[in-house]
Amino acid sequence: MIGAHLPALQVVVPLIAAPVCVLLRRPRLAWGLATLINWICFGVATALLARVLTEGSISYPLGGWAAPWGIEYRVDVVNAFVLVIVAGVSALVVLFARASVEKEIPAERIYLFYTLWLLCVTGLLGMAVTGDAFNLFVFLEISSLSSYALISLGPERRALTAAYRYLVMGTIGATFILIGIGLLYMMTGTLNMMDLARHLPAVAGTRTVIVAFGFLTVGISLKIALFPLHSWLPNAYTYAPSAVSALLAATATKVGVYMLLRFFFTIVGPYFSFEVMAEGGLLIAIALLATVFGSVVAIFQDNIKSMLAYSSIAQIGYMVLGISLVSVTGLTAGIVHLFNHALIKAGLFMAVGCLAFRLRAVTLQEIAGIGRYMPWTMAAFVVGGLSLIGVPLTVGFISKWYLVLGALERSWWPVAGIILFTSLLAVVYIWRVVEAAYFRTAPNRGHPTRFQEAPWSMLVPTWVVILANVYFGISPSFPIDIAQRAAQALLSPLP
Amino acid sequence: MDSLPPYAIFLIGALFIPAIGGRLRRVALLLIPLLSGANVINLEQGDDWQLLFLDYELIPVRVDELSLLFGYLFHLAALIAVIFSLHVRDTTQHVAGLVYAGSALGAVFAGDFITLFIFWELMAVSSAFLILSRRTDRATAAGLRYLLIQVLSGVMLLAGAVMRVQETGTLAFEFIGIGSSGGLLIFLAFGIKCAFPLAHNWLTDAYPEATPTGAVFLSAFTTKVAVYALARGFPGTEALIYIGAVMTCFPIFYAVIENDLRRVLAYSMINQIGFMVCGIGIGTALAVNGAVAHAFNDVLFKGLLMMSMGAVLHMTGRINGSELGGLYKSMPMTAGLCIVGAASISAFPLFSGFVSKSMIMVAVLQEGHPGVWLALLFASAGVFHHAGIKIPFFAFFAHDAGLRTSEPPNNMLLAMWIAGALCVFIGIYPWMLYELLPFEVVYTPYDATHVIAQLQLLFFSALAFTWLKLTNLYPPELRSVNLDAEWIYRKVLPDAVRGISRASVPLASALSDGVRGQMLVLGQTMYRHFGPQSTLVRTWLSARMVLWVAGLLGFYLFFYYS
Repeated sequence: MIGAHLPALQVVVPLIAAPVCVLLRRPRLAWGLATLINWICFGVATALLARVLTEGSISYPLGGWAAPWGIEYRVDVVNAFVLVIVAGVSALVVLFARASVEKEIPAERIYLFYTLWLLCVTGLLGMAVTGDAFNLFVFLEISSLSSYALISLGPERRALTAAYRYLVMGTIGATFILIGIGLLYMMTGTLNMMDLARHLPAVAGTRTVIVAFGFLTVGISLKIALFPLHSWLPNAYTYAPSAVSALLAATATKVGVYMLLRFFFTIVGPYFSFEVMAEGGLLIAIALLATVFGSVVAIFQDNIKSMLAYSSIAQIGYMVLGISLVSVTGLTAGIVHLFNHALIKAGLFMAVGCLAFRLRAVTLQEIAGIGRYMPWTMAAFVVGGLSLIGVPLTVGFISKWYLVLGALERSWWPVAGIILFTSLLAVVYIWRVVEAAYFRTAPNRGHPTRFQEAPWSMLVPTWVVILANVYFGISPSFPIDIAQRAAQALLSPLP
Repeated sequence: MDSLPPYAIFLIGALFIPAIGGRLRRVALLLIPLLSGANVINLEQGDDWQLLFLDYELIPVRVDELSLLFGYLFHLAALIAVIFSLHVRDTTQHVAGLVYAGSALGAVFAGDFITLFIFWELMAVSSAFLILSRRTDRATAAGLRYLLIQVLSGVMLLAGAVMRVQETGTLAFEFIGIGSSGGLLIFLAFGIKCAFPLAHNWLTDAYPEATPTGAVFLSAFTTKVAVYALARGFPGTEALIYIGAVMTCFPIFYAVIENDLRRVLAYSMINQIGFMVCGIGIGTALAVNGAVAHAFNDVLFKGLLMMSMGAVLHMTGRINGSELGGLYKSMPMTAGLCIVGAASISAFPLFSGFVSKSMIMVAVLQEGHPGVWLALLFASAGVFHHAGIKIPFFAFFAHDAGLRTSEPPNNMLLAMWIAGALCVFIGIYPWMLYELLPFEVVYTPYDATHVIAQLQLLFFSALAFTWLKLTNLYPPELRSVNLDAEWIYRKVLPDAVRGISRASVPLASALSDGVRGQMLVLGQTMYRHFGPQSTLVRTWLSARMVLWVAGLLGFYLFFYYS
């Protein structure tokens, strides 16, 4: 009985839990509830994925209203995979969050933090699960508004301005998406994604649809911080609380990329997006610029969190690059990198969170010689860094491998060359951290007990994610199979 | 299949070494190569491991004659190097040495490009620590340059492998050939590690900056893995004959004028690899046998020479020929062992170099390359000159520099004794080595022609040295820095960058730029455009961000309409 309602439960459970969290007030209780709910969400997402893999797509009319008129929740391989990524990362990071949040956020606000967290997860999961374009916008706003608030809870005052900037840009992005959806609605009279896909070919090529396409492209580019619309991201990730950086870096942009896949492939269709509008060439150029720009700038950052943020801008470039190759291999690379990058960045931001737990600031000066005091944290960072670089036996390698293969399939040698070159840049910026932590001598550390390993409640989730980097790097068949099926589904014409 | 992968014991051992202290650590360090050796002796040809990764079949361990020979050799080298470094109290060096040896083993047993790439890069990183552990500014800079070039080689290998997958659909590491673009890229990747001319600078730059014990590890593995890879992937490639001939000749000139004796050895290492590369290029059974056998011997005698110089550096703290001399009085045993190594590298009959180098020479002549043969002959005379005479002469004899020290620690002496004994043993009784070679050997090193020709060469070469020395024509040992092809990337490129940036900024700042040094300028230029204060990076005002959004929207719409 419950099994049939899984798509709705995926969203409803965290949505209802959020106000309950406000009523609880006590920090530990709020955390306990958030943890429980997150793990339930993870369970639901896994069950959905398992169902989709065996039985095919699930269509769930919300409230029993049939598809084109009511809101339809539609789960296929693509978004079931995204649901697992979001719910899984969130479930692990919330375990990590307890100690980290108690350190960084005043006790009287902690219950609000977890309320916002649940709302944010609701929004992200909702965006992934829904099959209705307007409903997608609603969930986008839920997740965005809650993440602005989450970022503003950061320990430094600058978190407020960072959150405010993100608010301005995020709202513009969401508005653009809404305008795009509105224009599509004007031409087709429907908001259901499948229905849109069926009706659009008849009106494709009209000025309205082209303008809608432009608004959607820019709006989504803004939400995923695709170069040159990236400028809200570095500060937002840098000044957010550590746990929030880990959550958003690993999930928010992923759902954004999923949105891109849905609009370009399912709704508008790959033929119109990439043949008629020639979106591919443009996106590839922008994606390559993003990878080079993000990697080079990351080299010059002294704050490790903002270094990772710029590296995220580069990594988003990889995903968009894979997608804009418009081939099964390229899309597989892009989709599998959704999963892999979630693991990489969650792990790295959690390791940095462990550092932030003990240090005043996570700058290269502050972490000098910290490798001796926090061996487990730094070891986690090194493994995560290797994965970010794309060393074999880690997930990063799998992504790069498929990406290079996809580029070579099209005989685009320079693209493959740039991918390898930016990997070398990643070596440089990861090395700067390693060098500071292991080879520079520690400044006078004052009281010796201050500088010890982070608590195990933070280390264990961090290492689970880091070991997942290695596990899925050695036996990548699970994410690869799903990504390949998702790629084929996205490229095949509609039934 | 009841044995472990050949590299497993080294890598697992390296994990546990930091946890063990004191005397127990020495025992463990010795046990690791011995246990691993016992494991490898149990391996039989055809004991391959296979696993499926993505859609490709990988062969993490491939056991055949070639890989087994290098497997044995690397165990021998690792054992000697570990003994030589037993006295060192630096966990980093012990761990790096073990990981380095283990990854070299992994590379020679790798049956596919992914495995090869993993160990290729692991070798690069672990070996860099042997240089960085010297903990001087010069060593750090050289170590980082070394790391950069080695990692670049790995990236080229990976890129070549990906291209080969596109071309052939397989990742198996078999004969490659330079016919395809992927093959060519792999060839260049191997070439960097093998110190091809113009790509050789990492070697002469970094090895002399390594720790005394680290250099012994370094001289054994990296280049030999490259020789192995060439022998596996490119036997019979004609270009290699000429590349090898150039490699044998050009280092001689540098070696003769170089003052740092370990750098002399680094140059002579390129020269010896040249012989092997040449043999691989010829590609006949005799030539490949000779190349592989010479690699085997080179590890031993070059290791011995490196150890004797390491011992000198360890005891006196000096390594420049101009500052040494007369050490035979206080280090007679080291001097004697150094001479054994020198005789071996010069290919004196009854020493190990003779039984392998002459195989290559004969093969070159048989295949009709008289010009190359003459070049190799010249190179043989040159080796005797700079490695055979110069090293022992300037370190242990020459004018007495007044240094009074003693023999190095016992473990260093023992390691040198083992290597020296093996050099002599192989020289006298080469058939044991011949049996291990990949092809059947029908070659007798000790016949009248080989012996007489070699002795003539050596004695006239010695005569030339003596004459030059007596008439004071021999280039004196000066405190000097010799420029090599590294000049291109350490002087010309930074100068060019400085020139460009000087042309583009006002004169006043250009003058101060000149003072700050060239690389700094490049860094500053980059920093100006990509650092936290640059236009694209510093925090934007919201208005400006919005302007970009509007601009981009306009651009997209324009693009879609046109």
